[in-house]
Amino acid sequence: MRTKTETNIQLGHGGGGLLTREFLDRHVVPRFATGPLEGLPDGATLPALENGIIFSTDSFVVHPMFFPGGNIGDLAVHGTVNDVAVSGGIPRWLSLGMILEEGIEQDVVGRVLDSVAEAAADCGVQVVTGDTKVVPRGLCDGMYLNTAGIGERMPEFDLGAARLQTGDVILASGTLGDHGMAVMAAREGIEMAGGPVSDTGPVHRLVQAARPFATEVRFMRDPTRGGVAAVLNELVEDAPLGIILQEDDLPWSTGARAIAETLGFDLLHSACEGRMLMACAPDVAGLILDAWRAIPEGNGATAVGAVTNDDAGRVLLETCMGGRRLVDVPQGELLPRIC
Amino acid sequence: MKYLDGFRNGKAAKALTARLKAAGERLDAQGKTVQFMEVCGSHTMAIARYGIRDLLPDCVKLISGPGCPVCVTDTGYIDAAIDLGKQGHILATFGDLVRVPGSDETLAQIRAEGARVEVVYSPEGAVALAQDNPEKQIVFLAIGFETTMVPGISLVKIAAEKGLDNLTVLCAFKLVPPALAALGSDPEINLDGFICPAHVSAIIGADAYKPFVGPRGVPCVVAGFEPLDVLYAAVELAEQAADGRAELVNQYNRVVKPGGNKVAQAVVAELLELCDEPWRGIGVIPESGMQLREAYAAFDAVKRFGLKLEPGRPHPGCQCGEVLKGKITPQQCPAFDKGCTPTHPLGPCMVSSEGSCAAYYKYVRREAGAETMEVSK
Ligand code: SF4
Repeated sequence: MRTKTETNIQLGHGGGGLLTREFLDRHVVPRFATGPLEGLPDGATLPALENGIIFSTDSFVVHPMFFPGGNIGDLAVHGTVNDVAVSGGIPRWLSLGMILEEGIEQDVVGRVLDSVAEAAADCGVQVVTGDTKVVPRGLCDGMYLNTAGIGERMPEFDLGAARLQTGDVILASGTLGDHGMAVMAAREGIEMAGGPVSDTGPVHRLVQAARPFATEVRFMRDPTRGGVAAVLNELVEDAPLGIILQEDDLPWSTGARAIAETLGFDLLHSACEGRMLMACAPDVAGLILDAWRAIPEGNGATAVGAVTNDDAGRVLLETCMGGRRLVDVPQGELLPRIC
Repeated sequence: MKYLDGFRNGKAAKALTARLKAAGERLDAQGKTVQFMEVCGSHTMAIARYGIRDLLPDCVKLISGPGCPVCVTDTGYIDAAIDLGKQGHILATFGDLVRVPGSDETLAQIRAEGARVEVVYSPEGAVALAQDNPEKQIVFLAIGFETTMVPGISLVKIAAEKGLDNLTVLCAFKLVPPALAALGSDPEINLDGFICPAHVSAIIGADAYKPFVGPRGVPCVVAGFEPLDVLYAAVELAEQAADGRAELVNQYNRVVKPGGNKVAQAVVAELLELCDEPWRGIGVIPESGMQLREAYAAFDAVKRFGLKLEPGRPHPGCQCGEVLKGKITPQQCPAFDKGCTPTHPLGPCMVSSEGSCAAYYKYVRREAGAETMEVSK
């Protein structure tokens, strides 16, 4: 039997002494200490990248830590990998910062780190540097993670709201809003058969699939906090263009819709963690959809709307009834601690 | 979700829109423009959320009525609640009310300054507060239409049974039919029909609208709040108007019965009696409210604390009254999207998620003062 010090995290595990050494040997070395992290140097030495780098960071405080479809570990990898990917980068290296609450079970930490390792392998990224701190009980809720990622820039992508043109097509890589609803359902203790499952996953392969058409791609984003509504409103905010979405074409999962109806959420405001929204020229839209649908993460891909030159600065929805309404930006933080 | 999809079916919507267009052409031929009022806040939301105004012919207008309970709660009522909170009593409320401006401040503001304003989700929540705080007086803010009367007053029964002497209710219950009668007879508004509420009608029954129809009346359609329900109601009203008929149609008969919910009606009759009631922005409508009967006076906050409800001073720039009566659209209020937004509301119509101003802000917006409410195509 293991003693309490062995089953639960203590303040000393983050203190830099012997217990830290034990923690690293138990959790970090077996999972990550190959390549640049071998021997646990203070900093990772990485090769230069020819086309420049894309660099991004994100912190993760999701509650609950485990939810249908994933946990804080794979989420932390996907979040940063996706930010790098939609910026036109091939994700290569990650850092991993952990803030642990005193008393959290070591097994829980281990399970989360297993997910980090698995997700990193799936994304083709290496965890090359990291840090662990432990804070007294009550000063953090279980575990918070931070990841930063470096990717190699793909020069053929030239992305930005300024490149948007009338007639561009808006593509979605799969059902929208599942992650937000899955976390909400888990948090509210709503259990139901066929309930929402988080879409947490990487979008880098979707970016690769669209790469042959890169010059015709105007904009890519994974719609996280604030959902589709926030991303698209930001896109046309200062533009002389607007966007019109077709409600009948929006892909929703049954589980996410059930929760959204029950809790009174607009799914357009709900976060995804493994989906892609893209604006591209109309002549490549069908080709990109075909390429996406040929890989698992894109099998639900579909066109959801178009860029118009009336209604500048606004995102509208043509509803299933045939009328139009505004898709507004969420007011404040609707769903706290979703990622 | 199959069940819901049945009410949001695009094909059915197209068929109804075609009927609406045909009715519109007949009205045009007669040189008539008609105005229908959707009474209930849920209808207001569905109409805005699904862009149903876009589907109406030019000669058919839908205006939002007084059917959001928070929006019609009088400023003086909020002031009285605020006074009680400041005296150290615990206020219990069902939510939206906390951000509604009184004459000078909101319940949310006095809460931030230390007053106890507790949001409860059921009458039992207020009872629990009373049991947990025996040294305090708990005042439950009982507002709403026929739908919320039963849950609101059921705590009086529980309190009586448990012998709780620290729980009272501050009643501002309102009845929908008298408000419809007042609005329907206002020559300035000129209504040609009502989309009658769903939940309220489930309690009072579809027959409650019989007095409004007939040779000297206007058509009434009781409708559910799925978009197809509302669209159907608009079609039915437009067709009746074109025919010169004024009949009662219960489209929501999957829930609403002609006589309503007798059990709920009996509970209401046992505890409550008619009273004159002030409606924010509309004024006092005779016999349009319900107050606790004398036998339950011990649980009436007005009597326990010797309250005098004064009229209150709503924000001078707020035109909620005109919006509530359907005389202006929210965008025609100069404050709309300028001084008044959901994060900084001047009036209750912007606070409540079911308020007309909030619905327009969320789903239509556009420059204030605009003549039409359609989104440009
Ligand atoms: S927009 Fe604001 S100020 Fe104007 S009527 Fe509505 S709630 Fe009142």
